[in-house]
Amino acid sequence: MMNFFKLQGPAARVAPRPDPRDIGGPRQPMLIARNLRKHFPITGGLLGRAVASVKAVDDVSFTVQKGETLGVVGESGCGKSTLARLLMHLVPPDSGEMIFDGQEVGARYGLRLRDLRRNMQMVFQDSASSLNPRMPIEESVAYGPRVHGMGRAEARAHAISLLEQVGLPARLFAGRYPHELSGGQKQRVNIARALALDPRMLILDEAVSALDKSVEAQVLNLLRRLKSEFNLTYIFISHDLHVVQYISDRVMVMYLGEVVEIGPVERIYANASHPYTQALLASQLHADPRNRVTDPPITGDPPNPVNPPTGCRFHTRCPFAEAMCSSTAPRLHPLAGEEGHIVACHMADPSSGHARAGRAGLDRLGMARPLAAKAASEPPCKEGLRA
Amino acid sequence: MSEMTTNHAIAAQIPGEDVPRGERRSYWANVRERLGHDPVTLFFMGVIGAAVGAALLAPWVAPHDPYATSMLARLRPVGTEGHLLGTDELGRDMLSRLIWGARTSLLMGILPVLVALVIGGFLGVIAGFMGGAVNMVVMRIMDVFYAFPSVLLAVAISGTLGGGMGSGLLALTLVFIPSLCRVAETAASQIRGLDFVDAARASGAPVYSIIVTHVVGNVLPPVLIYASSLISVSILLAAGLSFLGLGVSPPTADWGQMLSSLRQGIYMQPLVCALPGLAILIVSLSFNLVSDGLRQAMDIKS
Repeated sequence: MMNFFKLQGPAARVAPRPDPRDIGGPRQPMLIARNLRKHFPITGGLLGRAVASVKAVDDVSFTVQKGETLGVVGESGCGKSTLARLLMHLVPPDSGEMIFDGQEVGARYGLRLRDLRRNMQMVFQDSASSLNPRMPIEESVAYGPRVHGMGRAEARAHAISLLEQVGLPARLFAGRYPHELSGGQKQRVNIARALALDPRMLILDEAVSALDKSVEAQVLNLLRRLKSEFNLTYIFISHDLHVVQYISDRVMVMYLGEVVEIGPVERIYANASHPYTQALLASQLHADPRNRVTDPPITGDPPNPVNPPTGCRFHTRCPFAEAMCSSTAPRLHPLAGEEGHIVACHMADPSSGHARAGRAGLDRLGMARPLAAKAASEPPCKEGLRA
Repeated sequence: MSEMTTNHAIAAQIPGEDVPRGERRSYWANVRERLGHDPVTLFFMGVIGAAVGAALLAPWVAPHDPYATSMLARLRPVGTEGHLLGTDELGRDMLSRLIWGARTSLLMGILPVLVALVIGGFLGVIAGFMGGAVNMVVMRIMDVFYAFPSVLLAVAISGTLGGGMGSGLLALTLVFIPSLCRVAETAASQIRGLDFVDAARASGAPVYSIIVTHVVGNVLPPVLIYASSLISVSILLAAGLSFLGLGVSPPTADWGQMLSSLRQGIYMQPLVCALPGLAILIVSLSFNLVSDGLRQAMDIKS
C-alpha cells in the first residue's frame, strides 16, 4: 500500500550536505547512544521503597549517521517512546552516554543539555495534547526561539515563515487555536515548532501514527521535503512497518527494551535475520486480499518487562528457541557478508552453539507462507501498478 | 514548491478553513465575545455591578445617615414615606443601612477570595507542577485545614483573634486557601503530564517560564470559575460570623449583622427583617450565576 505513496521515488541515500554547524566532520555520526538504560522503579509498601523496576530501555546502543533516517520499530511497550524521551533527556537515563556530533552530552567539556535541545527536537505522537490549547499556534511556534533569547517581532516573523513552510499559510492560520485545526494541521504545527530552534536532528515519535492515511502521506512527504531543506537527520519511531520502510534508510528493531536487529532498510525488509523481526514483517497486512494474513506469526503478549525472560528475551515466543537461549543472552553480532546488519540472535553467530547457528535468515517464521519465496515469485505492487 | 501549493489547496478544502484567522485574538477577547451572547450572565453581572456601585457611592446614594437613630420611628414597614424600605429596631433607615452594609458585605465577600486565590493558586500550581515531595508537603498541610468544617474553622480563627473585621477577613482567607489550592493543584498536575509541557521542556525553557506561559494560563480558568462561586460562600460566611458577633461589631452596617439584630422584630415587620437576607440571597445568587456563565464562556471549545 505504501507503494502508492512511493511514487516520489525511494529514499535517496545521499551524502550529507556540508553544514556550517557541523563539528565532527561528515563521517562523525550525528548521534551515538551507548548502553542507554532506563528502569522505572515500582514503589510499594508503606515507605514507598522500590520493590521492582520496569526495564523500559535496557542497554540500548546505536548510531545515527548525518543526514540519514533511522527507523525504530517494535511492538507497543517495547520501549520506543521511552527511548525518544531518554534521547531528549525528558526522562534522565539511569546510565549510558550520548555523543552528539562528537561531543559528549552532559560531560564537563561536552555539550550542555540546553545546547543538545537546541540541536535535537522532538515531534510528539498526540498532536492534540502537544499544543497549548490556550495559545495561538504562532505563539506556540515562537515560544522556543523566545526562550532562547530571540526578540518578540523576530520570533514572530520566524514562526510565520515556518508555518508557511509546513503548508499552513499564516494569513489563514497564524492566529488560530489548536482546537480550530484538524489533526494533520496540528501535526504540521508541531513540526514547525520542532524546527523553530533550527535543529539538526528530529526525533519523530509516532509522529504520523494518529493521522488518517491520506493525511499521513501528506505529512510524510512534508517530512521528507523538510529533511532536505533543513538538512535534517531523523529518528523515526513507529509501529507502522510500511511507513518505516518508506521513510527510513536504516531500521532498528526493539523488543522488550532491547535492540534485536539493526540494518539497512532493504536488508531488514528482504532478509530479516532475527525471528522477532521476521514475525513483525510477517504480520504486516497486505493490500491484496489474496495474501491475507490468517495465522498470527507469533502468539501471545510480550512478557512482562518487570521480569523479562532470562537469556534471550524473545525465547518464550521464539519457535527456534533452544535450551541455550534461555540461559545466555545473545550479543549484537554483525552478519557475515552483510555490511551494517547486526543481529542479537544465537542463530546469527556461527560459534554460538545453537543448532541452527549460522543459518539466521534461512529458517523463517511462518513456514506455511515462506516470505522469501513469495517475495521472489510475486511482482512487487509498484511494477504491477505501472504495467 | 509545487508540493507546497498542494498543501495550501488541501488546507483550503476543509469547510470554514478559508476564513482568514491570521491575526491574533487573545483568549480573553474570545471569552468577552462569548459573554456578549449570554444575556442571563450579562444581567446578573449588571446586578453585581449595581451592588458594587452602590457600595462604592454609598455616601452619595444613601438617602439617610445609616447611624441616625429615631426612637419614634422604629420598625416602620416597607414603603413608609421618607423610608422606602422601612426602618430597623432603632429607627435607622433600612435602605441607607443596606447600601452602607453592601460595603462591608461585598468587601468580606470578595477580598478573602482574592487573597486566597493568589496564595492558594500559587501553592497549588507549585505543588501540582513539581509533584513528588513538594506536592506531598503542601497538600498534606492543606488537608489539615480541610479536616474542619469551614464555618467552624472560620469561627475558631476569628474567635481566637478576637473578632472584628480584620480577623474576619483573615479567617475567611484561611478557610478558602485549601480549596482553591486543591483546584489549582489538580489542574496543574493534569497539565504537567501533557505533551506540550514536555515540548516546552524539550525546547530548553526554564521551569519558571514554563509555569508562567504554559501552566498558569491553563490553570487560571478553572480556578477563576471556582473562586467566583466562592464569593457567595464568603458573603454568607461573613454574614454568619457577624450574626454570631464575630465579624464586624455594631453599629457598623453589615448584612449579616443587620439580620442578627433585626430578628427580634420578625413578628412585627417580617418583610423588613428579611431584607438583609434578601440582599445576601440576590448577591450570592448573582455571583453563582455569573460564575456559571463564565464557565461556559471560558470553555475553550464553545
